[in-house]
Amino acid sequence: QDVSLSTKKNCIIYLAGQALPEKVKIVEVGPRDGLQNEKTIVPTETKIHLIDMLSASGLPVIEATSFVSPKWVPQMADQVEVMKGIGRIPGVSYPVLTPNLKGFQAAVKAGASEVAIFGAASELFSKKNINCSVDESLQRFNDVMKAAKEAGVPVRGYVSCVVGCPYEGKVAPEKVAYVAKRLYSMGCYEISLGDTIGVGTPGSMIEMLEAVSKEVPISALAVHCHDTYGQALANILVALQMGIGVVDSSVAGLGGCPYAQGASGNVATEDVVYMLHGLGIQTGVDLSKLMDAGAFICRTLNRKSNSKVAQAVCKL
Amino acid sequence: MAAVLKLVNRGTLSSAMGQQYLSFSSAPKVQAVGFRAGQALPEKVKIVEVGPRDGLQNEKTIVPTETKIHLIDMLSASGLPVIEATSFVSPKWVPQMADQVEVMKGIGRIPGVSYPVLTPNLKGFQAAVKAGASEVAIFGAASELFSKKNINCSVDESLQRFNDVMKAAKEAGVPVRGYVSCVVGCPYEGKVAPEKVAYVAKRLYSMGCYEISLGDTIGVGTPGSMIEMLEAVSKEVPISALAVHCHDTYGQALANILVALQMGIGVVDSSVAGLGGCPYAQGASGNVATEDVVYMLHGLGIQTGVDLSKLMDAGAFICRTLNRKSNSKVAQAVCKL
Repeated sequence: QDVSLSTKKNCIIYLAGQALPEKVKIVEVGPRDGLQNEKTIVPTETKIHLIDMLSASGLPVIEATSFVSPKWVPQMADQVEVMKGIGRIPGVSYPVLTPNLKGFQAAVKAGASEVAIFGAASELFSKKNINCSVDESLQRFNDVMKAAKEAGVPVRGYVSCVVGCPYEGKVAPEKVAYVAKRLYSMGCYEISLGDTIGVGTPGSMIEMLEAVSKEVPISALAVHCHDTYGQALANILVALQMGIGVVDSSVAGLGGCPYAQGASGNVATEDVVYMLHGLGIQTGVDLSKLMDAGAFICRTLNRKSNSKVAQAVCKL
Repeated sequence: MAAVLKLVNRGTLSSAMGQQYLSFSSAPKVQAVGFRAGQALPEKVKIVEVGPRDGLQNEKTIVPTETKIHLIDMLSASGLPVIEATSFVSPKWVPQMADQVEVMKGIGRIPGVSYPVLTPNLKGFQAAVKAGASEVAIFGAASELFSKKNINCSVDESLQRFNDVMKAAKEAGVPVRGYVSCVVGCPYEGKVAPEKVAYVAKRLYSMGCYEISLGDTIGVGTPGSMIEMLEAVSKEVPISALAVHCHDTYGQALANILVALQMGIGVVDSSVAGLGGCPYAQGASGNVATEDVVYMLHGLGIQTGVDLSKLMDAGAFICRTLNRKSNSKVAQAVCKL
């Protein structure tokens, strides 16, 4: 069995005996998940410019904004202006979060052509976050799914707390599989599995992915790893070894972890791309342009980048 | 689908945030089935803690002797099996290590724990043994340019110079560990050929080093280039005699360590709190943080003998003293600011 890294054109890449995907789709969540968790409110023009720079870097999917009520998430209050202001590159997707039917309708009116919904794999997290049980939350999305189907709008499903929950502790893989399966059956084309507090390690990731992949095809799964404990790249690597080909990340590692003060949250897209390109995996992303986008938003936010690649290359 | 790793995680549940990392990172019972055909992850990994030497050596702030001693004592208390204590280089080259003798004499040596020291030449070796060292380390670069720029001689010449040390160490019954730097990339040469790394590793091993630590000095390695290099080296040196010394400059260290484990490597170098920046990239990080490595290993059910909580105490102590933030993500996650 070939255990080395062999990259030949049109051949499967092997790493330690496991086939890695030839291409990985990166879902850039910086403008939404990232900025949503940054303390500084970012002006609309800045958000638009960031998204345009990310588009220019070759990212295939850029989560643009969230159609939640501005009173819950002030950072996303300019949702409509952002959707209307960004330059949409053909072939690039700009999904938006839609927590309910009202949000969905506003999103479509503002020009959205893809939306996302979410459910937690932890009952306590669901109760504390949105004040209802997991099943109730999925029920609420039935309206969104129905409207989306009628409008021909694809829907991505997010599952949070796929390894651990800040309230419940360890989360059972079967529960994650249950929620993922529900979202998939409801019509979500892809399920993004989020290690919300970043406690996963390669072992717990695999355990969880094994359970989920029994219910949802691997080709419909994505991983959304947080780097709170520095485990994200190792977790992403094992996900790739299991055949997962979609990875969520955030430029400059924007978006801290709201559950651990001072801790980091999202994994940095630059660091993910560095690893993927080093493995010979195609992403379509120009790392240098991506880093420009990261440098831009960090300057605006007046903060250091959370990306190690950016820190290594940046001349202070 | 090929065999995958199965873990049975029996960590206890805990709702207290501060305890979170402990409950996720302890797995008392593990069943591991390998990633590769028949290749299981190691059950145990030996961590070589290089913070007090490699870490502090690359910190700008000169640390008082008592602080170094206290750090090493705290690291000993955390269960680490190997702690690189100091370096017997000339103080004019590395002022941070000027108190080498006092440190060796001042630390509390726990039976069963090794306290290797770096010895760049015979003079350093003799001083080390006189000061009580019972294990030493030598080094060679896998890049000719790096060797020239760093120590002003070719790789072969540098290995030649160590012959005296090896001879004296053999006579004194002192084990010697060999370090290879620039095993993936060199700040001057760029990509380094795996065969060159294998050559240097083999030389050090044949000279009598019991273990060869392969260092990604500028942290440019990714899991692919790591495996390519490890494959070449393991043709010349048994895997059981190899260690990886990954730098986290580009955030790749844990992923690189993971694939090394998948290849059967059972020894990992790291630095408490991720001490020691990268001298080749301003503002960049260097050594991978021991806390983050231990978190991953324990999460995989691999035994290290390390008490993560005590290790974090040591990290917190040295960061307070150096008046700097920890480079360990685990420490950042748990620390209440």
